[in-house]
Amino acid sequence: MKMQAEENTLEKVVCEVGVEIKNADGLHMRPAMQFVDVANQFECDITVSNNENDVDGKSIMQMSMLAATCGTKLKVKAEGADAQRAVNALRELVEEKHFDEPVPKND
Amino acid sequence: MKFADFVCFEAIIPELKAGDRDGVIAELVSALYKVGRLGKGNCEEIIKTVIKRENEASTGMGKGVAVPHVKHKVVKDVVATVGRSSIGIDFSSLDKQPVYSVILIISPVDNPDKHLQVMESVFKHLQEEKFRKFLRQSEKAEEIEDLLREADENPSL
Repeated sequence: MKMQAEENTLEKVVCEVGVEIKNADGLHMRPAMQFVDVANQFECDITVSNNENDVDGKSIMQMSMLAATCGTKLKVKAEGADAQRAVNALRELVEEKHFDEPVPKND
Repeated sequence: MKFADFVCFEAIIPELKAGDRDGVIAELVSALYKVGRLGKGNCEEIIKTVIKRENEASTGMGKGVAVPHVKHKVVKDVVATVGRSSIGIDFSSLDKQPVYSVILIISPVDNPDKHLQVMESVFKHLQEEKFRKFLRQSEKAEEIEDLLREADENPSL
C-alpha cells in the first residue's frame, strides 16, 4: 500500500490545449524554431499533433513535418511537473503573439 | 508532395567544390540558374538573399543536413536542388556538427502553404536515418536522383 502512495505522488501532470495557427505564413522554419526554443525551456515532454502525426515539440525537424498552414488546428500535450506552464507559454506564442508575424488581411 | 515535384534533378551537385557555407550556397543557386530554373533572376542577388536569410538563423538542423531557403519573386513555383559535400561544411548548425547534405529551396513569395508542404516532404525523409545515410553516401547525381525517386515511392525511407 505504501508503494502505491509513493507512485501516486510521482504521477505525471498532463495538460493539453488546442491552438490555431494564426500568422499568414504558417508554421515555417522561423516560427517552428521559436516554438522549439520555448518548449525546451521546460522539463516536461511536449507532443504536438495535427490529425495525421504526433511529433516531438522539442525537435525542429519533427515540428517542420507538421506543415501547419494558417488556420491549422494543432493539439499541444505536455506531460511532467511543469506541464501547465509549458502549455500556457506555447499557447500564448501561437495564438496571442502569433510568432510576432503578420496575420492575414481581412479583405 | 514528392521530391520529383520540386527538385530540379539537372541541378544536383554530387560533390560540392566549395568548403564554406557561402560558397556552397553560391554553387547551388548557380546550378539552378544555369539550367534556367531561376528565369530572369539575378543570380548574384539571389545568392546574397539566401546568405542573408542564413545569417538570420541557421538552417543547419543537425544530423549533417542543412536546408537553406528563401522566398523570391523570380520563381512561380517551388524549386529545389541538392548538394553533397564529402568534407563537411560549417553551417553553424544547431548541433555544431558539419553538414554533408544541403537542400536548397527557393519558394514563390505568394504561396506560403506550398512552401510548408515542401518542407514537410523534405523533413519527413531527412528524419529517417537511413535516408540521411544514403544521401550522404551517394557519389553521383544519378544516385541522388534515384534515392529521391525511391523515397517518393517509399514513405518509410
